[in-house]
Amino acid sequence: MLSLLTVTALAVARLDQLFAAVMLFGIYSLLSAALFVVMDAVDVAFTEAAVGAGISIILMLGALALTSREQRPVPRSRHWIALVVVVVTGAGLIYGTLDIPLYADPNAPAHLHVAPRYLQQSMQEIGIPNVVTSVLASYRGYDTLGETVVIFTAAVGVIGRLGVATEGRIEPKTGGLEHYLILRITAKFMLPLILVFALYVQFHGDFGPGGGFQAGVIFASAFILYGLVFGMENVTAVAPPVVVRSLAAIGVLIYAGVGVVSLLMGSNFLDYNILGHEPTHGQHLGIFLVEFGVGVTVAASMISLFYAYASYQREK
Amino acid sequence: MQVFGLYNYWVVIILMMIGLYVVIASGNLIKKIVGLNIFQTSVFILYISIGKLDRGTAPILVEGVTSYSNPLPHVLILTAIVVGVATTALGLALAVRIYGAYGSIEEDEIQKQDNAS
Repeated sequence: MLSLLTVTALAVARLDQLFAAVMLFGIYSLLSAALFVVMDAVDVAFTEAAVGAGISIILMLGALALTSREQRPVPRSRHWIALVVVVVTGAGLIYGTLDIPLYADPNAPAHLHVAPRYLQQSMQEIGIPNVVTSVLASYRGYDTLGETVVIFTAAVGVIGRLGVATEGRIEPKTGGLEHYLILRITAKFMLPLILVFALYVQFHGDFGPGGGFQAGVIFASAFILYGLVFGMENVTAVAPPVVVRSLAAIGVLIYAGVGVVSLLMGSNFLDYNILGHEPTHGQHLGIFLVEFGVGVTVAASMISLFYAYASYQREK
Repeated sequence: MQVFGLYNYWVVIILMMIGLYVVIASGNLIKKIVGLNIFQTSVFILYISIGKLDRGTAPILVEGVTSYSNPLPHVLILTAIVVGVATTALGLALAVRIYGAYGSIEEDEIQKQDNAS
């Protein structure tokens, strides 16, 4: 599996055809998602499959459509310089690995500090089986809040660069693959399933792999599929850009609001114990709300990214 | 055993270096972003490799299982992936704008136009 990854990455590096390189990068992402499953990181694999192989490819193709599809060859000398830099750095790094613990060594320092506590106590303290979710939303809630804000900021940045997608700016003839019968029927069949699956991932994240980040991305991909197949005017009728943009902000507000509520109730910021009659009830409620906020922000940000690319008009 | 135990890390380094090579050697901005993404994924694999435990399973608590992989790297990487796509989108948006302003996303051509003006 690792060797396959290397081969794919090499092919991406060699290709001058950007379209093919981006497609291969999708395969690379999917392979790495499979690798994450092998290494027990189911939540991560989930995210990588949805993000790397789905959304980021669509965004890259969108950027390619707005620019050029081929790269011009660069002077040979530059390849040699790059090669020398890379070989020297790589050799240094490999020398560095000789000191680190072997793969899957249970006594590695990384497994001895906080992880045992998370694994042993989270059932009593948080009361949900998926440790990844409890660490994400509760123990390290500050980090996750920060990351949600980063996603929101990136969406704001893209909108700032590419302009706001208002109804007037969307040409009536942008895209739409409706005349392809197979695509249309399959998309219609898939859409409700994707949406239901996204909701399942969102609300089942406490017990199985899943959570706000994955659900948000899957939810957004349903809208993007709809937009690609049925055209921008249809998808913006379902989810107007203004609403989507405000939802991205509302998600962050929900997350931070939970923290403020716990502050007002006399506890620490993002300490959910106070929210319920019992600590674990409070934790359940807090994690539910926080994951919901994350899901809303991620989905809305991804959809507005897609809108921004789809409605950007080249300045001639 | 020694060699096999470090195999994962070495592949990570190779992938990382392929990404770095693409970033340095190609003049096309979008290709550079793809290279950065390869680099980024290799870092993800590094973290998850560190989190893997011998005979461990996915960190979802079930009766009768005592050995789980380390959940902390999973949390860090899970959020990093989504943040990564958001920043990638921002980078691509900049590339699109540069194309709008210069008519090219090749580094040398942009520099030439900058020098000319």
